[in-house]
Amino acid sequence: MEALDSLFHGFGVLLTFHNMALMLIGICLGILVGVLPGLGGPNGVAILLPLTFTMDPTSAIVLLSCIYWGALFGGAITSILFNIPGEAWSVATTFDGYPMAQKGEAAEALTAAFTASFVGSIVAVMLITFLAPWIASFALRFGPPEFFAVYMLTFCSFVGLGKEARHKIIISLTIGFLLAAVGMDTVSGELRMTFGSVELLRGFDFLVAVIGLFGISEILLAMEEHLAFKGQEAKIRLTVVWRTWMTLPRYWMTLLRSSAIGCWLGVTPGGAIAASFMGYNLAKRFSRDGAQFGKGKIEGVLAPETAAHAAGTSALLPMLALGIPGSGTAAVLLGGLMVWGLQPGPLLFVEQKDFVWGLIASMYLGNIAGLIIVLATVPLFASVLRVPFATIAPMIIVSCAVGAFAVQNAMFDIWLMLGFGIVGYVFKKIGIPLAPMTLALVLGDKAEDAFRQSMIGLDGGLGIFWSNKLVGTITTLALIMLFWPLIGKLFDMIRGSGRTPAGAASSETSRP
Amino acid sequence: MSNDPNAEVDPALVSTRSVELVVMALLLAVAVFLGWDNWRIGAGWAPDGPQAGYFPFYLSVLLGGAAIVGIVSVLRSVDLRDEVFVGRSAFGRVLRVFIPTILFVFLVQVVGLYVASFVFVSLFMIVIGRLSPWKSVLTGLIFSGLMFYIFDVQFNVLLPKGPLEAAFGF
Repeated sequence: MEALDSLFHGFGVLLTFHNMALMLIGICLGILVGVLPGLGGPNGVAILLPLTFTMDPTSAIVLLSCIYWGALFGGAITSILFNIPGEAWSVATTFDGYPMAQKGEAAEALTAAFTASFVGSIVAVMLITFLAPWIASFALRFGPPEFFAVYMLTFCSFVGLGKEARHKIIISLTIGFLLAAVGMDTVSGELRMTFGSVELLRGFDFLVAVIGLFGISEILLAMEEHLAFKGQEAKIRLTVVWRTWMTLPRYWMTLLRSSAIGCWLGVTPGGAIAASFMGYNLAKRFSRDGAQFGKGKIEGVLAPETAAHAAGTSALLPMLALGIPGSGTAAVLLGGLMVWGLQPGPLLFVEQKDFVWGLIASMYLGNIAGLIIVLATVPLFASVLRVPFATIAPMIIVSCAVGAFAVQNAMFDIWLMLGFGIVGYVFKKIGIPLAPMTLALVLGDKAEDAFRQSMIGLDGGLGIFWSNKLVGTITTLALIMLFWPLIGKLFDMIRGSGRTPAGAASSETSRP
Repeated sequence: MSNDPNAEVDPALVSTRSVELVVMALLLAVAVFLGWDNWRIGAGWAPDGPQAGYFPFYLSVLLGGAAIVGIVSVLRSVDLRDEVFVGRSAFGRVLRVFIPTILFVFLVQVVGLYVASFVFVSLFMIVIGRLSPWKSVLTGLIFSGLMFYIFDVQFNVLLPKGPLEAAFGF
C-alpha cells in the first residue's frame, strides 16, 4: 500500500522532540480555546497563526492542527459540565450531557464524549489517509474550468444545504466574494473598490475578518447574555473511564452511523454543526428507547460528539486534496498554507510530501494524545471557567487585537477587526450565517482567477463548463446542489407523500 | 412581549424587524454603490476575457437582489415584529465591553500594545468586574509580561511598542 508507506514516512517526520512538544502545546491551547467563550476553532487558530510565521511549515501545521483537535475536545467539557456549548457543534451534546452531569454521571458523560470524539476522528483520518491521495492524483488533471466548477459546487452546496434562509446565505457569500475582490485585480492590475484609500489597497485579509467576526462578536454576545457559569464538579477516576469504555462496544452501531454522517457532511461544506444534530436525531430515531433521549442517555452524548469530530476532521480532506476547505477552521489553516508559501491543492501531495504526510500522521497522534490529555486535565480546564468573565474578556480581546495586528503589522487591521466584530454581532442576531462569508473571502480570488482563466478568449459563452465529461458532471452536480430544496420537494410531490427529505431532519441550530 | 412567559424584565431597545430592515437597506445601498463603481471600471468583455469589474459587478447585482428579497420577507413576516433584537440593559452590557475596547485600541496607538493591555485588563477588572484592585493590577502585570515574553522574546513577532519599551531599550 502506497498510502501506508507514505504514512509511516509521515510518522518519521513527526517523531522529533520538537514536533511532539509542539503537539502537546497545541492540544492544551486548543482545549483552552474550546472551553473559553469567545474563542473557538477558527479564530483560535487565526489568532495563533502569527506565531507560526517563522516556523517551518510542518511544525506550524502540527501546532495549528493540534489546536483544532484540542478545540474539538474542549467544546464537550463546557457542554457537559456547564450546559454552555463552547462551540456551535457541541450544542447537541448538551441535550444529554448536562442531564447526565446533573445525575452525578459527569465523569461517564465526559469519558463517553471524549472517546466518541476520538472514534469519530480516527475514522475520518483513515478516510483521509486512503482517499486524499487518490482524489489529489485525480485532481491533478483539473484545469481552470474544473476548479471553477468545484468552487461552484462548494458554494452551491452551501446555498442548497444550508439551514438558514437562502437569501441570507447568498448575502453572506456575496459579501465575502466582494471583500475578497477589494484591492488590486490580479489579472489586469486595475484597482477595484479602493476609492482612493491606501489602506484598502492591500485588500481585506480574511484572518482579520475571522478574528472580528467570530472572536469580538462572540465576546459581545457573551456579555449581552450575562454568562454565569454554574457548573458541575468534574473529576474523572480511572475506574470510571474503564467502566464506561466497557459499555461502549454495545453502541457500535451509533458510533459507526455517526462517523459516516460526520465524514459525509464534513467533506461537503455543511460542517460539523449539521453533522452533530443529524447524528443525534438519527441515534434517537433508531434507538430502542428513543424516548429516554434528553434525560441523560449516554447514546445522546456519543452520537453528536462522534459526528461532530468526524466532520471536523474530514473537513480537512477537501482542503488537502483540492485546496478547498470544508469548514471555517479548515479555511484558516488553508490561509496558513498560503502564508508559509505553500500552494494548496493537489500538487501538495507531489511537491510537499513531508508536509502532507506529517500533517496526516499528526492527526493520528494528535487525537490519541488529545484523548489522554483531555481525560487527565478536565478539572483544570473546568476551573478556568470559574475565573470571572471580567478577567477573561479583556484578555481575549487583547489576544484578538494581537492576532489581527500581526497578520500584516497594520494598526488599521485592528480597527477593521472591531468593525467586523460589530458586523458579526448583528449578523448572528439576524440569522445571516458567517461561515459562507469566511469561505468566500478565502476562495474569492482563486475562484475568480479560475473563472477568468477558463473564459480567456471566449466571448462570454458558458459552454466551457460543459465542454467535457468531468467538468460537465461537476457543474451539473453544483446546479443540483443549488436547487436541492426544490428538487427534494419535487420528489416528495411525485411520491405523493408529505415526508420531509432526510437531510432536513429537524436540525435547529441555536447559538452557543 | 407581555404575553410571553419567558419575557425578561429587560425592555426592548429595538426590534429584530427594524434591525433587519436597516441591515438589508444598507446592503442594498452598498450593492448599488459597488455595482456602479465596478460598472465604471468596466464590467463587460474585453477581447481577452472578462474585464476587471465583471465578477464584482455581477456579485453586486446578486447581493442587491438578495437584499431586496430580504426586505420583502422582513416586511411580510409577522413573527419578527415582536422579536426583541436587544434589550436595554443587555445593550448596556454590550457597550460596557465595547467602549473600553475602543479606548484600548486608541491607547495601543499611543503607548504601545503591552502597556495598553496592562491598563485595559487591570481597569476592566476593577471597573467592570468590581474585583479587588491589587488582584487586578497583578493580573494585568502578569498578563502583559507573559505576552511580551511570548511574542517579543520567544517568537520575534513585532507588536506596536511605545515610550516605555523604548526606555528599556527594546
